Amino acid sequence: MGQTFAEKVLGRLAGKRVTPGEIVQISPDYAMSHDNTAAIVKTWRQIGVKRVKHADRHVVILDHCVPAANEKFAQNHKEIREFVKEQGIRHFYDISRGICHQVLSEEGFALPGKLIVGSDSHTTTYGAFGAFSTGIGRSEMAAIMATGQIWLRTPETIKIEAKGKAPVGISAKDIILHIIGAIGADGALYKSVWFCGEAIDAMTIDSRMVLTNMAVEMGAKNGYMEPDDKTLAYLEGRARAEFEPVRSDPDAEIEQHLQYDISDLPPQIACPHAVDNVCSVEKVAGKKIDQVFFGSCTNARLEDFAIVAKVLDGKKIHPSTRLIVIPASSQVLEQALQSGYIDILVRAGATLVNSGCGPCMGNHEGVLAPQEVTLSTSNRNFKGRFGCKDAEIYLCSPLTAAVSALTGEITDFRSFTL
Amino acid sequence: MQIITGRVWKYGDDINTDVIFPGKYTYTVTDPGEMAKIAFEDLDPNFAKQVRPGDIIVAGKNFGCGSSREQAAFCFKYAQVGAVVARSFSRLYFRNCINAGLPALTLPQSPDIFQSGETISVDLQKGIIRCTAGEYSFPPLPEAVLGIFLEGGLIPYTRKALGFSNTQSAEEKAGE
Repeated sequence: MGQTFAEKVLGRLAGKRVTPGEIVQISPDYAMSHDNTAAIVKTWRQIGVKRVKHADRHVVILDHCVPAANEKFAQNHKEIREFVKEQGIRHFYDISRGICHQVLSEEGFALPGKLIVGSDSHTTTYGAFGAFSTGIGRSEMAAIMATGQIWLRTPETIKIEAKGKAPVGISAKDIILHIIGAIGADGALYKSVWFCGEAIDAMTIDSRMVLTNMAVEMGAKNGYMEPDDKTLAYLEGRARAEFEPVRSDPDAEIEQHLQYDISDLPPQIACPHAVDNVCSVEKVAGKKIDQVFFGSCTNARLEDFAIVAKVLDGKKIHPSTRLIVIPASSQVLEQALQSGYIDILVRAGATLVNSGCGPCMGNHEGVLAPQEVTLSTSNRNFKGRFGCKDAEIYLCSPLTAAVSALTGEITDFRSFTL
Repeated sequence: MQIITGRVWKYGDDINTDVIFPGKYTYTVTDPGEMAKIAFEDLDPNFAKQVRPGDIIVAGKNFGCGSSREQAAFCFKYAQVGAVVARSFSRLYFRNCINAGLPALTLPQSPDIFQSGETISVDLQKGIIRCTAGEYSFPPLPEAVLGIFLEGGLIPYTRKALGFSNTQSAEEKAGE
């Protein structure tokens, strides 16, 4: 019997062959933490060790509330800066660099075959590069700082195959929302999800990251694609370390093989207050929106800016709607500036904010008031997510968001003349 | 292992960490007493006001889905919740409960076997829950994980593994 991707990556670190269900004590290749590093450090100090076990394996990125919105956040950031200096953590990115998952990828840490853990649930993103990556808790990151190790259960594998060619305007976001809607918020609970098929092969790296980013929204432990020429081209001149692509053996045990034909997929939207509450955009078209949020680790990369800029070029957003724009990273911002996208968006009436997580978890820069409705390119629409439990959040693709910003209501882009 | 006795607080499927401990508080509310007051703020505002030590949360599938924030487990611990019983847990939430030393028990039965407010008991050693509807057994924690839980959570467990005593503070140990 062959081995799956998950068995191979975890087995490499365990130094033995592992099978699903087996719990291994292993040492991750990289460990990412963000603004929560301040709280992690407090816990780490309780353990009693004086030095971080593997300082070079830690990547610390400030993104969740940048620049600091108040004294408490500022104190957090200050403590983190002092800590990375004290411990000699070289891989530190301060407030101007961008959202952790985008930065870790751009900086070449997200590599095929590596085990990457992060104290953030969307750490699954790095699977787009063929890494095994998963979220962990704050105490676990503190324990890794002390011992270099973590326990992980070897997951079973679900293969999700996206067949067919996506219709014009249908993006990775529509595809992943459709899949999550179909299998549910716990459809891949504890599983390793392997995304494959014609539609995945055709996707850019930016698009693949949308799928792996949202794998956690169906309960997955990790989501990944096998590296191909596009992956290797992205990593060229960027990779931080040597790497070996890891692929499942043809005769490895796959627990479930799900297939989705996306050839006729209409634009998809997740309605309040669950990510698996998905329907076609046309079913909720006409719903008035107070705010559009174009940002987050899911959909604020350069290709998303190209799409949004094309829609907004020479136009103005609807007067009753606000458009908050937050590029995923400083690199994305730079490229979007050079390409003229930012100019188009700002002229259209967008509110441009520096790279970071923004309002996504309710910290700042576009939180909502009761009864307000927002359309968002992010990944979660849980009650309270944008800082207010009485607001409504709809999740959609950048194209749907852009078109709806012009009309002031949820709009099916197929019914809109660009 | 002790027997936990408490009143039932019953909830549904897919209860996410944002309604347990809202994201807007994750960097600003750090005091255990204050964290306990936030527990379930966006789902059930009565919970934090009325919860008593030992009370037991029961829920459906995928409890604790969403964010990795461990405050969503710690806020219950600080509210002195005795255990969380669910049909299934999100993997991150399950890990966070173990790491907090909070019993997270997977019971295959629907939460409908419980009545809100009834007093039930959980025998951790025997793996049995006793309620008005009868006795139900739940699978034990995997051995590799049980050790962390028995030590009171990941931090005391890690201290012990590294040779620090858990009755002695880190500063005392460092001063030796």
